[in-house]
Amino acid sequence: MDVSQDHAFGVSVKNMSKHFGDFVALDAVDMHIPAGTFHALLGENGAGKSTLVKCMMGFYHKNVGSIHIDGAEQHITGPHDAHELGLGMVYQHFTLVPSMTVLENLVMNHPHIPPVINWDQERHKLEIFLGTVPFKVPLDKRTSELSAGEKQKTEILKQLYLNCRFLILDEPTSVLTPQEADEILGLIRDMANHNQLTVLMITHKFREVLAFADAVTILRRGKNVGTFSVRDLTAEEMGHMMIGAEPIRELGSRKKLTGGDIRLELRDLQINNDSGERAIKAVNLSLRGGEIVGIAGVSGNGQIELVEGLAGQRPIDGGEIFVHGTPYRGTRAEIRNHRVACLPEEPLKNACVASMSVAENLAFRHFDIWPFCQGEKWLKRSEFTRHAAERIKTYGIKTRSPAMRMSELSGGNIQRTVLARELGEPADVLITANPVFGLDFAAVADIHAQIMEARNHGTAVLLVSEDLDELLELSDRVIVISDGAFVHETSRQDADLSVIGQRMAGH
Amino acid sequence: MDYFTDKLSAALVPILALLVSAVLFGIFVAFAGVSPFETYALIYKGAFGTWFSWQNSLQRAAPLLLTALCTALPAQMGLVIIGGEGALVIGGLASVSTALVLQSFLPPVAVQITMLLAGTIAGAIWIGGIGALRHKRGVNEIISSLLLVYIAIAILNTLVEGIMRDPGQPQKSSTHPVADTVMFGNLPGMDVHWGLLIGVMFCIATFVLMYLTPFGFSARIVGGNPRAARMLGLPVGKLVIIICAVGGGAAGLAGAIEVAAVHGRANSALIAGYGFTGILVAFMARQNPLAIIPVALLFGGIEASGGLVQRRLDLPNAAVEVLKGIIFVVVLAFETFSGRLGFLKRRKP
Repeated sequence: MDVSQDHAFGVSVKNMSKHFGDFVALDAVDMHIPAGTFHALLGENGAGKSTLVKCMMGFYHKNVGSIHIDGAEQHITGPHDAHELGLGMVYQHFTLVPSMTVLENLVMNHPHIPPVINWDQERHKLEIFLGTVPFKVPLDKRTSELSAGEKQKTEILKQLYLNCRFLILDEPTSVLTPQEADEILGLIRDMANHNQLTVLMITHKFREVLAFADAVTILRRGKNVGTFSVRDLTAEEMGHMMIGAEPIRELGSRKKLTGGDIRLELRDLQINNDSGERAIKAVNLSLRGGEIVGIAGVSGNGQIELVEGLAGQRPIDGGEIFVHGTPYRGTRAEIRNHRVACLPEEPLKNACVASMSVAENLAFRHFDIWPFCQGEKWLKRSEFTRHAAERIKTYGIKTRSPAMRMSELSGGNIQRTVLARELGEPADVLITANPVFGLDFAAVADIHAQIMEARNHGTAVLLVSEDLDELLELSDRVIVISDGAFVHETSRQDADLSVIGQRMAGH
Repeated sequence: MDYFTDKLSAALVPILALLVSAVLFGIFVAFAGVSPFETYALIYKGAFGTWFSWQNSLQRAAPLLLTALCTALPAQMGLVIIGGEGALVIGGLASVSTALVLQSFLPPVAVQITMLLAGTIAGAIWIGGIGALRHKRGVNEIISSLLLVYIAIAILNTLVEGIMRDPGQPQKSSTHPVADTVMFGNLPGMDVHWGLLIGVMFCIATFVLMYLTPFGFSARIVGGNPRAARMLGLPVGKLVIIICAVGGGAAGLAGAIEVAAVHGRANSALIAGYGFTGILVAFMARQNPLAIIPVALLFGGIEASGGLVQRRLDLPNAAVEVLKGIIFVVVLAFETFSGRLGFLKRRKP
């Protein structure tokens, strides 16, 4: 059983199927990853990428199929078996203990920790190990003080220290700057070249696939569309294979609009985070009608606090917000008078009530005025249903009836419901944060087109996003946020990815 | 159709929980050497078997209707208030105090109305304060509401043994009695006081408030997701405090009715556990004000049957307390099943 070794090995998945009830998440998928190669796994959300790797790691029990390591079939019944065989996985979210040092995190991760730890001996062992790998991290720093890139390196080291020779990476670069991403993927690429490691990377980013991977497997709706050598493919072809024949909404052309009035103004705005530290440090901004201003930054640099402050979910601790030149506190009357709309990230958590119906959720902005309410005293249920039926039709929300609970909708349909509510009527100001996070291709294109349409109709849009591609596609201006301050501003035409990346990293 | 299956599934979980509790309690009495079937037959007889037992059950259900609201309404805002007993005691004290001051110079009807108002307002301030502490200071409402029960009881004891003590009652420390002309009569044709009707009306009124008005709608948004409510510009803190106050007002009113219709004075008889049984009623009714009405009747019946079970089967009086305890634990355990019963589950489109 013990096949752990000091060189890379190949893994094949044969005829793998996984059902959740009636839902087929994986349908007879075959995939072969030769030893010492860098393999990418592409697909839309819900295409089955995570299910596939979780079956390989033993988190899920496959219904049908087998896993072969260097040609020999292996039975993986749980994550423990996978680790014994030398398979390791780095998750999308960090799993380090923030209050512990890198050394402690790495030692703690070991399956057999002695009752009393001899730290000198452990440090010695680790230092010898670190000499054999290209990743460099400061052993005595607390992980909470590390940059995102260093944290990701530590996560990878955790796996390598367990003698992992087949590494699965689940969207490893989503919180990294482009420079950090290139460095880390480059180092992994080198290890694969030296036959020290075989890599399987789940990703959305075509650029990374083209730059680092040898081969790519594309999944669509649980099926393997094909495995291709990266040299034979273009980004466009990959996109087509991911989404199949689904029609994609075109992003409307950017109308030339100049000299809109100032709609949203931030003056020395300061906002604290949950632990009372200043997360937004006296920022200034003016946003005009008919422009999209993008806020770029690595996550955790104050974006959440900024959006929550603007959306009225968090008190502001200094400075002021003006809308249409008057001080704005986010009361219901102000929101209505100034027509402020909001498309937050994770809409189920931020903008919906899961236990209430789709019709009720669609009415949240106007339930207390005519026609939803007669004489401001009694709710008019028939109006809720009529209004919901109309919005469901216009926005293509897939629900069986307006009375269905919000929690029963899929992610894309939840976001569409919030969009229908927030942009169903013209807005003067739109505040939006990662509006397409976790959505599939068609939904992304649709929501981007709606945001562009709102801009073309004169809405002032503040777009906070961790996705640089999204920002550069939509924004008229891009502002970089780093450590709670606006550190760089550029127009769309002059945007330089490498400068933005450096500013994001705080240089 | 969706609405119907929703309601069906919501009602099914407590009913299943009740059946499971019945089996567990049956095992318990079997160990005590009594036939479970005989016990249940007696409980039924003591609760709903005769017109007399019906009236007894209704009488006991009356305060439960109101104390259950004290848990159910804040629960719709996401708060777990378990201190209805405290609001009931304070409401009783407030009503007796106003009656003793006013009854010598106001007509009885006016005294009755001010008694009910005083009890309601005192309860509203008591539980509203818990909501305010929660919202403004982050004080855990479960702990503060429970601890305030003991403070309420301590206030009651201090007053009835001190400045409000009636020297004419040497056996049991009590306040002076409310004048007989001020006491509530019974509903026409039955031996049940007006408090029952007031309780039912209060339940219906809060149902209308929560489900048919924009105010209730905004309160349910806050309860469902405070983050979304803030984004929508709703006054979250104000709504939390008002709904807590309405719930506390209901429990305070229960205390006022207990004084004005049953005891005629304030003493330790007010601490009969109606506030705590109300928690159980609220959870069993899934925090729905209308569902509280039948559930309160059921528990009124269980309480009413206690004496009969004790006399006939030689079980301790605490036996029905054991039954209530078992039901509470099983209902809470079954909460996890709500919306997960396979045969009622619908697929995502």
